[in-house]
This record gives sequence, C-alpha cells and structure tokens, in this order.
Amino acid sequence: MAGPVLEKLKALNGYFVQTAHLMVGVPSYQNYLDHMKATHGDDKPVMNYEEFFRERQAARFGEGATRISRCC
Amino acid sequence: MSNISKHLMWLAIAIFGAFSLGVVALSQGESINALWIVTAAVSIYLIAYRFYALYIAKNVMQLDGNRPTPAVRLNDGLDYVPTHKNVLFGHHFAAIAGAGPLVGPVLAAQMGYLPGLLWLLVGVVLAGAVQDFMVLFISVRRNGRSLGDMVKEEMGVVPGVIAMFGTFMIITILLAVLALIVVKALAESPWGTFTVAATIPIALFMGIYSRYIRPGRIAEISLIGFILLMLAIIYGGQVAADPNLAPLFTFDGKQLTLMLLTYGVVASVLPVWLLLAPRDYLSTFLKIGTIVGLAIGILFVAPDLKMPAVTKFVDGTGPVWSGSLFPFLFITIACGAVSGFHALISSGTTPKLLENELHAPLIGYGGMLMESFVAVMALVAASIIEPGIYFAMNSPAALIGTTPESAAAAISQWGFLLTPEMLQETARNVGETTIISRTGGAPTLAVGMAQIFASAIGGPGMMAFWYHFAILFEALFILTAVDAGTRVGRFMLQDLMGTVVPALKDTQSIAGNLLASVLCVSAWGYFLYQGVSDPLGGINTLWPLFGISNQMLAAIALTLCTVVLFKMKRQQYAWVTLVPTTWLLICTLTAGMEKIFHSNPKIGFLSNAERFQAALAQDQILAPAKSIAQMHQIVFNNYLNAGLAALFMLVLLSVVFYGIKQCRIALKSTQPTTHEAVGNLKSA
Repeated sequence: MAGPVLEKLKALNGYFVQTAHLMVGVPSYQNYLDHMKATHGDDKPVMNYEEFFRERQAARFGEGATRISRCC
Repeated sequence: MSNISKHLMWLAIAIFGAFSLGVVALSQGESINALWIVTAAVSIYLIAYRFYALYIAKNVMQLDGNRPTPAVRLNDGLDYVPTHKNVLFGHHFAAIAGAGPLVGPVLAAQMGYLPGLLWLLVGVVLAGAVQDFMVLFISVRRNGRSLGDMVKEEMGVVPGVIAMFGTFMIITILLAVLALIVVKALAESPWGTFTVAATIPIALFMGIYSRYIRPGRIAEISLIGFILLMLAIIYGGQVAADPNLAPLFTFDGKQLTLMLLTYGVVASVLPVWLLLAPRDYLSTFLKIGTIVGLAIGILFVAPDLKMPAVTKFVDGTGPVWSGSLFPFLFITIACGAVSGFHALISSGTTPKLLENELHAPLIGYGGMLMESFVAVMALVAASIIEPGIYFAMNSPAALIGTTPESAAAAISQWGFLLTPEMLQETARNVGETTIISRTGGAPTLAVGMAQIFASAIGGPGMMAFWYHFAILFEALFILTAVDAGTRVGRFMLQDLMGTVVPALKDTQSIAGNLLASVLCVSAWGYFLYQGVSDPLGGINTLWPLFGISNQMLAAIALTLCTVVLFKMKRQQYAWVTLVPTTWLLICTLTAGMEKIFHSNPKIGFLSNAERFQAALAQDQILAPAKSIAQMHQIVFNNYLNAGLAALFMLVLLSVVFYGIKQCRIALKSTQPTTHEAVGNLKSA
C-alpha cells in the first residue's frame, strides 16, 4: 500500500527539485546524460556534473549573454 | 452526461465569479473582505483560460501536438531540453515575476482598489496574457529566436534595429526606477540597509562555496544562505537599536545612490559565479516562497480592505502620481496587466524548453494569469492598510511636510482619518524611526505584507521582522536585476561600440569591460540621481516613463504578432492581437503626449521646464533648487525627459508603420509568407 504512494512522493519531489534548479538556469543533469548517451554514444566527451554546472552558469549570466533571463 | 456536468461546472464558476465581482464593485461605502477580490480574480482567470486561451490555441494558432518543438528537434541537453509542462511553468513564472507587478498596483491604489483591479483583470485576459502566449508561439515556430531577431526577420532590418534600440532605452529607465525603489526603501533605515548590505558577503560566501567547496549543490547552499539572511534580519534589528552601530548604516538617498552606482559597476565586472549567481538563487527562491506565502496568508487571514473602492483622486489630483485615470492608471499598473518585457522572456529560454506545442497555453497564457494574480495580491496588501497611512507613506514631503503633525494635518484635510499618533505607532511597530514619504511602493507593500504575515505568525511583536523581511525580499531581486541588467546593457553597448572601435568588443579586456560598465551605469545612474533629488519623490517622473516604455514594448511585440498572423493568411483572427495593440497605442501615445505637453507642470515636462525658466528669468530660485546652477539642471532634466518620451513615441510609431506596410504586402500575397522553421525531426 505504501509503495505507490512513496513512489508518487518521490516523483513529486523530483519535479520540485527539477523546477527549482531550472528557475536558476540549471536543467536536469540526468536528462543531459541520457541525451548524450542516446544521441552521441561514446564519441562525444560528456561533462561531469561540476563542468555541466559551470557551463550552465556561464550560459545564464556570462559573457555575451545578451538575453534577458528575468523580468522587472 | 459528463459533457453536461462539465458545462454546468463552468457555468457555476462564471456565476460565482460574477457574484464576487458584483460584491467587490457594488459595496460602496462598506468595507469588503479581500477574499471576494481573490475569488473574483480566480474565477475570471479560469474562465479566460478555459475559453479564450483555448480558442486562440485552436483557431488562431492552430497548435499541432504532433509537430516537434525546437526542444525536441534540437535537443542538446543544455539550451534545448524538452521539459515537463509543470516544471516549465515554474521556470517561466519565476522569470517573469518581479518588482513591476508588485509596485504598480500599490501606486495605483491611490485611486481606490476598484479601478486597478478592473484593469488588472481585463488587461491580463485581453492583452498581457495574449501577448506572452502569442510571442511564445511564434518563437517556438522559429527555433526559439529572440524578439529582436524575429522583428528583423518578419518586418525588416530597420524596424529590427529600432526595436533593439528601444529595448536598450527601456532597460536604462527600468534599472533607474528599480534602483530608485531600493534607495527610497533604505534611506534613513539602518535596519533595512544593514540587512541588504549583509546580502553581499553572504552571496560572496555562497559563491565560493558552490564553486570550490561543494560545487553545484544548489539546494544546500541556498538553504545555508537563507538561514544567514534570516539571521541578518534579526541582527539588523539590534544594529538599528544600537546608538553606536545605527549611524554606520544610516544614509540619505544621495549617499545610497552613490553606493548603488559603485556597486553596479563593480558587480557587473566580477565573475558571475562569485556574486550574481548566488544572489540569483537567494532572490529567486525567496521571491517564489514569499509569493506563495502571501497567497496562503491572504486566504488564511482573510483581511478586510480599508481603502475605498474609488477615491476622489480619480480626477488626477492625487499626491502619489499625477495625471487622470485615463491614461495614467493603465500606465501605472504596468506589468500586472500587460508587460512588454515578457515578450523578451517568452522569446528567451522558455521556447527552447517547450516539450509540446499543446503546452503553450498553460505556459504562455497561464503564466501571465499567475503574474496578474501576484499583482492582485499586491493591490490587496496596499488596500488593507489604513488609507491615511497609505497616503502618508506615498506622498512626497513637498506636499505633506516631514513631521507626523504636518503629515496628519495635510492628509486629514484630504478626507482620510490620520493622527500623528497613528503614524508614530506604525513606525514603531515596523521598527523604523519614520514612515512618512517612504515613496516607491516597496515600503507600503512591506507594511501590508507585515500585517498579513504577523496576523498569521508571531502577532504584532513580529511586525518589524516581517516588514524588514519584505523589504529584503524586494531589494534582493531588484539588486539582482540591477546587476544582471547592467551586464546585458554592457554587452549590448560593447557590441555597439565594437562596430566603431573593434578592440572594445573584446569582453575579455578589463579596460573595455570597465568602460562599458561605467557608461551603462552612468546612463541609469543619471536618471536615478535625478529621481532621488526630485522634491515630488522621483517616482512621479520615472514610473510613468517606465510604464510608457514597457507598454510600448508590448505594443511592438503585439505588432509583430499581428504581422505574423497576416503573413500566415489568418487575418480573420488578427483582431486577437489588433485589439490590445490599438488600446496600447492609444494609451501610450496619449500618456506620452501628456507627459510632454500637458499644461500642468506636475504632469508635463515642458511646462515644468518653462516654470523654472520663467523663474530663472527673474533671478528667482524655486524649490528644490538651492542655486542658479541647480535651476538650470532642473530645466535641462525636464527637456531631457521630454525628449526621451518623444523618442519612445517615435520608436513605437515607426515600428507600427513598418507593421502596417508588412500587413498590406501579406494581404496581396496569395499564400503564406512567414519564416517558420521547418518542422522535420532532427533538422538543425
């Protein structure tokens, strides 16, 4: 009985964390890994989480980012 | 059978919404509960979403759930990521919610809660949400391209450049007015200043932590940062009470302006991980958390509104801002009903994350409904305060003086109950020495929020904590916007200057960066300083300019959407965008003309300039000027502001001109002429 409820709560928490991360410009790392594996196999270097995090941080605010990521 | 019960449910929502709105609109003279406003708003949002948004999706846009979105086609796990619709809704809402929808309704409350409420509801349904939704749609169909790029592509290079230039000017005015709000909230407030200053070392610590100590642990470091922030608020109370420490954090508006300018330059050349990113975590999570908390608080406390439904200031003689209901109420409400800035967000990161076209109504239209709801809550927070207190906080010193006695006398004369004791008690409750002329909207909102939060948690003893919590909440995301906005402005400027001196384009060059930063900060700093030294509070000048420019950007975005509909050969549906475009044109052009030419010097820039010039001719010095040089400065500032308003109008009119031209060309063509990206899978 507790199984499905627990599963649901876990999924809900997953969405919550994913939303919070995306709000500050960091998409799902697992999704990135899945994508790299599915599309590029082993022929493209895969960033570890730290590199991925830095890359996303620079993309959100860094040099040349003339896109506006927030509103007034 | 289930079909009929569904219809019955929508009919029930419609009747309930109409009834709530009737209670709100017709209960003249007696105070009503805030919950009526909330239920009226939510019913209208539900109906608008269910019927109008889905009508647009089905008929105007003809969304296709089988057509792969850019997130699917160009999926790279980084910029283009198919995202669950609820997750994306959170992301999009966090990006569009800001200070605008909170401040505008607070200022608009001087005419009573009803005019503001009606425009928030009508405006969002027919204009604001339509704009966000349409721009998201056309950007998704173009691989997530930006507004500027799309104007260039669909309307031509010249209107594209004009629109981008207009955007830069809007950013300048926006940063000035946001910074002014912070200055007004922190002036002569050691508690507030200490707390906001403490966010800098806290953010630096967070930056180093998430770069070197435990990289990328966003949740963990945000929690640590949040706890430190709360400690800073608590300790700030002790600082303010300490006769030795308090003077160290007590500054007037001009000193704070200089500090903010220095901060703007330094912050925008620091590495992003050190200050900007960690501050972004704090401000984003605090913003969303506080908005949710405010919604729960209003439902739980269910406060009564004390502001009348309509005040006598609908005639345009109000002290908070000058000008009559039309057009200035619509200009003042700004972001909560329709915001041009959202067009930049809807054509920013969101279109690259949309998993399926059919999610667009929820994200685009629904996200904006949520923003309007935030604005409605701000209006409620401003309206539960004693109206006398509201006017004492929002009227400039030039009208009500600086002592509790003078303020109470002036405001009682306007017909609002107020005693000096009420002012002193409120100031004491929120832990400030005075609350008179704390213009700019943020402190008023903070008092309203503190009342709601304190009724729910902690009682009157917690008022001061909640007041400074609310000030911090606003100051934090305004400072993030100032930092990020200066950066964006700097990059735009470096790009521009780079066409003349290529060396300046190099964003690795410290000299180039510093020069562009100083230029960008000077641009908004000039308007900020002008606002801070304005005896009418500065908001009176800058907020309408911001409102006009923001609504003009919305008109530009909607013009683009109209052109695209014509090019798609769907002109029979173009009224969906033409109606709000026309309204925004009428509003912004009228407001622009009045700001320039109105004979009342409180409204018209030229007549104010003439007033000072006439005095100069007779060697008189008018307040606030203290010297002939300052007199000349005021004359110059008024001409500058008039020029700026004229420039905004010119930008808008030229884009509309090109828009009409493109629509006529599209009408003559026998087939669609849009530049949509090809919808094949995996074609980059």
